[in-house]
Amino acid sequence: MNNDLWRVKVGLAEMLKGGVIMDVTTAEQAKIAEEAGACAVMALERVPSDIRKEGGVARMASPRVIREIMDTVSVPVMAKVRIGHFVEAQVLEALEVDYIDESEVLTPADEEHHVWKHGFKVPFVCGARNLGEALRRIAEGAAMIRTKGEAGSGNIVEAVRHMRTIIGEMKRLTTLGEEELVRAAKELGAPLELVSWVAKNGKLPVPNFSAGGVATPADAALVMQLGAEAVFVGSGIFKSSDPALRARAVVKATTHFKDPKIVLEASAELGEAMKGLDIRQLEEKDLLQTRGW
Amino acid sequence: MKIRPRLVTHQLRIGILAVQGDYEAHARMVERAGAEPVYVRRPADLAGLAGIILPGGESTTHLKILTEEGLFGAVQKFAAAGGGIFGTCAGAILLAREVRNPAQTSLGLLNISILRNAYGRQLASEIHMGLTKLRSEPLEMVFIRAPIIESVGEGVDVLAEDEGHPVLVRQGRILASTFHPELTADPAVHIFFLSLLSAGRAS
Repeated sequence: MNNDLWRVKVGLAEMLKGGVIMDVTTAEQAKIAEEAGACAVMALERVPSDIRKEGGVARMASPRVIREIMDTVSVPVMAKVRIGHFVEAQVLEALEVDYIDESEVLTPADEEHHVWKHGFKVPFVCGARNLGEALRRIAEGAAMIRTKGEAGSGNIVEAVRHMRTIIGEMKRLTTLGEEELVRAAKELGAPLELVSWVAKNGKLPVPNFSAGGVATPADAALVMQLGAEAVFVGSGIFKSSDPALRARAVVKATTHFKDPKIVLEASAELGEAMKGLDIRQLEEKDLLQTRGW
Repeated sequence: MKIRPRLVTHQLRIGILAVQGDYEAHARMVERAGAEPVYVRRPADLAGLAGIILPGGESTTHLKILTEEGLFGAVQKFAAAGGGIFGTCAGAILLAREVRNPAQTSLGLLNISILRNAYGRQLASEIHMGLTKLRSEPLEMVFIRAPIIESVGEGVDVLAEDEGHPVLVRQGRILASTFHPELTADPAVHIFFLSLLSAGRAS
């Protein structure tokens, strides 16, 4: 592993901390997101709630649209590839996007293997529901982890579950002895080297962001207080009644996540949030978070 | 926001703009350099500080929040009153007199012209070793989507160059780097910033 390359990959993730990364499908939306204070944008073909509604195979966005977005905004541009689709990733690297999200929101291309991300110069972010999954992705080369949550649901419950799970599992590791870590690594299905690093430091070796269900300023402040270092917002912005206003409000609440008065200010006078789904009413086959392992 | 107990201390208190970006990395470095870090999110947080650090992150995002929170004018007043400011990467962009690619409002506290995302995109991010005027040994310089300082005006000292461009510059108590010393294990640049604040301090 090229150590300098790894450090600049993680370094860009460090620069995004405390910020909001917004899903956009057009250059116009990207402009609105940047003007609202987004620290990066995520280019995709359809926002998760539309993918859920319309069905079909969800793929990497059109390179033409991604290029338009890159030409329109000065903040970093990320784009999604299907799990295991290393050629979509090669295409995005050739396009020179700033970050690739190997995402469960798109239809997986490989049900057994994720992309070998150390093989790329462009950095990757991957979703995780628990510590073992997060460490497997880091072992493959992910330089940023985000919770999976349940994308396109407008429901924060799964993002909360995943953040609490990851942080709880890390806390537990810090209490274990060396010989217990070997067993923990076996149970987590993750390399001992990474498990030992987490046990010693009490955190992931890469930034840990939240995603999947953030719809309101209070949702963003909630995941930040739970320990997220930045927030991804997908359908929550551009499926609301006033995207520009909501985008600004989510940025404000993320910046001042510990200050209830400011989160109150950010929450007041907002239009309607996206409608949202009760996760318990979804069938197993409709869940996006179970894609990948 | 919690009110910190004001301990009797000889440590300099250094504010770190904490609206977005790698402010925690700067806080760790300020501690290592022997000063007390304080997060700044509102104008009231500037009281009692010897200096401010504008961290790395996205300058458009920082500018938006600085303006909305009334920090833009407050930071300019802080500098006018003799306070020191150190900007890294996005922070250097905020300090510049002129910003291009695209043009952007800035604090105008440092007489340089700066070009954003000038090396290209993330694929051009790199780590170099370079010489500085701070000491004889080279310094590790982490460049991430870095801007280029295109020209420096009167009163600006170039303390380091990389590939023919200034990368560490100083004008009085204003210091700026286009690289990220906070992402290394070497506190040299932060120690230098603290020395600018101590020098000429009323004793």
